[in-house]
Amino acid sequence: MSHDEMHTSSTEEKLVRMANQIGTFFMSKPHDEGVAGTAEHINKFWEPRMRRQFFEIVDAGGEGLLPIVMEATAKIRRPNEHMTRAQAAEADVSG
Amino acid sequence: MDLVREIDFGTPASTSEKQVTLTVDGKTITVPEGTSIMRASMEAGVEIPKLCATDMVDAFGSCRVCLVEIDGRGGTPASCTTPVGEGMVVHTQTDRLNAIRRGVMELYVSDHPSAWNETPGTGASEFDKVAAEIGLTENRYGTEGRNHVAPGNGSLTIDYMVRDESNPYFTYDPAQCIVCSRCVRACEEVQGTFALTIEGRGFESRVSAGMHQSFLESECVSCGACVQACPTDALREKTVLEKGLPERSVVTTCAYCGVGCSFKAEVKGDEVVRMMPYKGGKANHGHSCVKGRFAYGYATHEDRILKPMLREKITDPWREVSWEEAIAYTASEFRRIQYQYGRGAVGGITSSRCTNEETYLVQKMVRQGFLNNNVDTCARVCHSPTGYGLGQTFGTSAGTQDFDSVEHTDVVVVIGANPVSAHPVFASRLKKRLRQGAKLIVIDPRRTEMVRSPHIEAAHHLPLKPGTNVAMLTALAHVIVTEGLFNEAFIRERCDWAEFQDWASFVALPENSPETVGGYAGVNPEEIRGAARLYARGGNGAIYYGLGVTEHSQGSTAVIAIANLAMATGNIGRPGVGVNPLRGQNNVQGSCDMGSFPHELPGYRHISGDAVRDIYESLWGVKLDNEPGLRIPNMLDAAVDGSFKGIYIQGEDILQSDPDTKHVSAGLAAMECVVVHDLFLNETARYAHVFLPGSTFLEKDGTFTNAERRMNLVRKVLEPKATYADWEATQLLARAIGLDWNYTHPSEILDEIAATTPSFAGVSFAKLEEMGSVQWPCNEKAPAGTPIMHIDGFVRGKGKFIRTEYVATDEKTGPRFPLLLTTGRILSQYNVGAQTRRTHNVMWHDEDRLEIHPHDAENRGLRDGDWVRLASRAGETTLRALITERVAPGVVYTTFHHPDTQANVITTDFSDWATNCPEYKVTAVQVSPSNGPSDWQEEYEELSRKSRRIEGRLEAAE
Repeated sequence: MSHDEMHTSSTEEKLVRMANQIGTFFMSKPHDEGVAGTAEHINKFWEPRMRRQFFEIVDAGGEGLLPIVMEATAKIRRPNEHMTRAQAAEADVSG
Repeated sequence: MDLVREIDFGTPASTSEKQVTLTVDGKTITVPEGTSIMRASMEAGVEIPKLCATDMVDAFGSCRVCLVEIDGRGGTPASCTTPVGEGMVVHTQTDRLNAIRRGVMELYVSDHPSAWNETPGTGASEFDKVAAEIGLTENRYGTEGRNHVAPGNGSLTIDYMVRDESNPYFTYDPAQCIVCSRCVRACEEVQGTFALTIEGRGFESRVSAGMHQSFLESECVSCGACVQACPTDALREKTVLEKGLPERSVVTTCAYCGVGCSFKAEVKGDEVVRMMPYKGGKANHGHSCVKGRFAYGYATHEDRILKPMLREKITDPWREVSWEEAIAYTASEFRRIQYQYGRGAVGGITSSRCTNEETYLVQKMVRQGFLNNNVDTCARVCHSPTGYGLGQTFGTSAGTQDFDSVEHTDVVVVIGANPVSAHPVFASRLKKRLRQGAKLIVIDPRRTEMVRSPHIEAAHHLPLKPGTNVAMLTALAHVIVTEGLFNEAFIRERCDWAEFQDWASFVALPENSPETVGGYAGVNPEEIRGAARLYARGGNGAIYYGLGVTEHSQGSTAVIAIANLAMATGNIGRPGVGVNPLRGQNNVQGSCDMGSFPHELPGYRHISGDAVRDIYESLWGVKLDNEPGLRIPNMLDAAVDGSFKGIYIQGEDILQSDPDTKHVSAGLAAMECVVVHDLFLNETARYAHVFLPGSTFLEKDGTFTNAERRMNLVRKVLEPKATYADWEATQLLARAIGLDWNYTHPSEILDEIAATTPSFAGVSFAKLEEMGSVQWPCNEKAPAGTPIMHIDGFVRGKGKFIRTEYVATDEKTGPRFPLLLTTGRILSQYNVGAQTRRTHNVMWHDEDRLEIHPHDAENRGLRDGDWVRLASRAGETTLRALITERVAPGVVYTTFHHPDTQANVITTDFSDWATNCPEYKVTAVQVSPSNGPSDWQEEYEELSRKSRRIEGRLEAAE
């Protein structure tokens, strides 16, 4: 990515960058701990739709993702299917 | 209700442990050694008349009114400067003393307007009271001859000076001045600005601001300490002169910065006449700054919106509606959006300006009502890395000390903070300690006011390149480890020794040496070494840091690095040391504590924990989502992507305060229901469909938690102008979406917080009323609260050392953007300026300027005051240049207090790796000459004007 151009990142680009930033921090740890730390961080702080988009990138080959992030994907929780409209409506009524 | 009156003991308290017993007018009193006779008398209930003494400053002994007689001693010593002695027998009322006092007062009065009967005093003057008490009846000196009072009856009156009205908030009338120098000493001892002096001598002695300037032109920072100290009407609030003395007062907490000063809001009728700093306030001990003391006019500003408003499309004009209609519309919109787009399509933002109780309710509504965790707060964009970094290392997300701790500090390290501008009342206390001899290290790209000011000079200033904090902090650690300056006993006892060894082996690597780091950070390695040695071995070392640490792509890593330094040197767990984040807004600490983050319930407990969710599920009667919600930047991304459609924003202006404005506006524009709950039609409201009028801190009850974890009561001074306090409005909305909430007072909300959160278990309004304030944790283990944390061990058990590898930000300079922009604040303005811009504070700062070094300016052909174009890869804006050596070559700086500056059009979408806290502090930019505002700014201005239209009203001239 050139920094000398006006540039607006897409959400996918941001997710790759954020995941790599997390992975980079954990690269200073012993390898296994670093992989586990990366996965735990994403599990703890990334909302399911971010993880869903993240897995779309991963499943498409994980272009741009650091090896530590790719390795961590085994421990990152895939989000459950999103609530259906009916469920949302039910929650809304009972809420 | 009456005025809250505080006792003035005349001289400061002594801290001696040795007690001395004496007799004053037949009353026996025991006081600490070193106490003045004046203070001891007051403690015994005997008030000695005084003019030049007040307990905010040291005794001076100039007015000769407070004289006493002591058995066995000759003469009539001044009680303010004479310390008590064991067995002393003091008399404060004798014929001889009364005669002397009358004589002295007669002389004073002979050169005071009261002798001319010209202007009746305001009634606020101690001088008039003392004259009356002493029973002064005559003036044998007449009004002839030289005096400071009369403009002269045709004769040359070199002694007369006209009243100085230059300061917008107070006047200086030299005719009323008795040259007691209380103002000069308050400016020096309390505020630490040294703006005032006594010029001339003898009869020509005058109080003078700056170099014989007007108050406004001088270096006076308008903190109000001199006005508070003045025993006459010489320095007096303009509001008191205009409206008269207040009739009642309410002790409450300032709603500006994270210092959280206590004030007496003094009221006449239904109008605040003045805000007086409250000596009983444990954060400020009776001091104030220009914002809290004077800048409350926004509360009654004509721009305030007092009725709810709706519009279907953001291009429509606003339509004023009833609360019922606004709430019903909002509830139905949120219901529709959730039905149409899914449960996760809505969320809320809590405010760091609102009370703990209000914040708690917003996150509760999101979790219990929206059934998701899409709640965040503006701490996301300031101190979220503090939460992460201190949580990881120490086990809890908060500063370790109280402010009083600074009185025991020997070495102060200030990193990425400018307390003189952003936390002024704490800065005054810090400067006082520095004048007593504590050493100072400043790590900041700019040569801030902290680095060198009257009687203060940093022992080391490390002017690092923006973005190199982590490298610099690790270099300090390198010196501490390789030179054996660490505190092994502390580490072995309190921390994990193996983790320390791992960390030590990392920081000791040659790439972390000052020589290597200094090379790319632009700092002399010897200075880095000197600073490290001083911090490690200079006695009690305390680190204070601000947003210059957190607002980076490695913000969380930098906080961890700071925690590592404190642990390695044993500077944790006692008075005078610690790690102290300086919080930006009044209730940033509180909003974080109250569960505002999308992954945490109140008390920093992760949402995925079953036991924690159980507590709330059983209380709230719903099944909570166990997945983390969206953070603010993620909400905006999701909005642009089409999966996030509705938001309730309480007391935040994300369009102005968040980075990458174009992305924020794109996200807001993509939503179908934006609800802004605020005092004014702020920038975010341009994209709002519903506007709910907010209430100021003067209009509600609740609590704020300041940077020292201190919970202070906010007390309702006036009725809410817009009918409902913010917690009531949130409750209306919650009820409309089907929640059965029935809070009748914020104390009930705090009770719910206490019942569900262990660190607040012992807090209640009753306890706060009783104790004044409490620092959390406050529970069975610490019923009176916790001034200093981690005393016997860390909250998490063993302190955790974590490696902090430096990773340069992706935001790099290049040929097109060769300069680094960093951003900050100025004293007179607050945050996005929505409040302070609507006060006279604009007299000090009416526009944001771009600070640029003379070399960089010369290269570009810029002169001071020229319009310049400031461009980054995110966008461009224009503002006027200020040429100064405060910034290093290659670095430019601006504030972000004015919306038309659009500083955040420039900042990028880069953010902290752990928390998404935006990287405000580093942006690669280019600066070039310009003719005036950019197209974007002009277009924006036009859109702003259109978006503020209200049906049936003339357009407001903003």
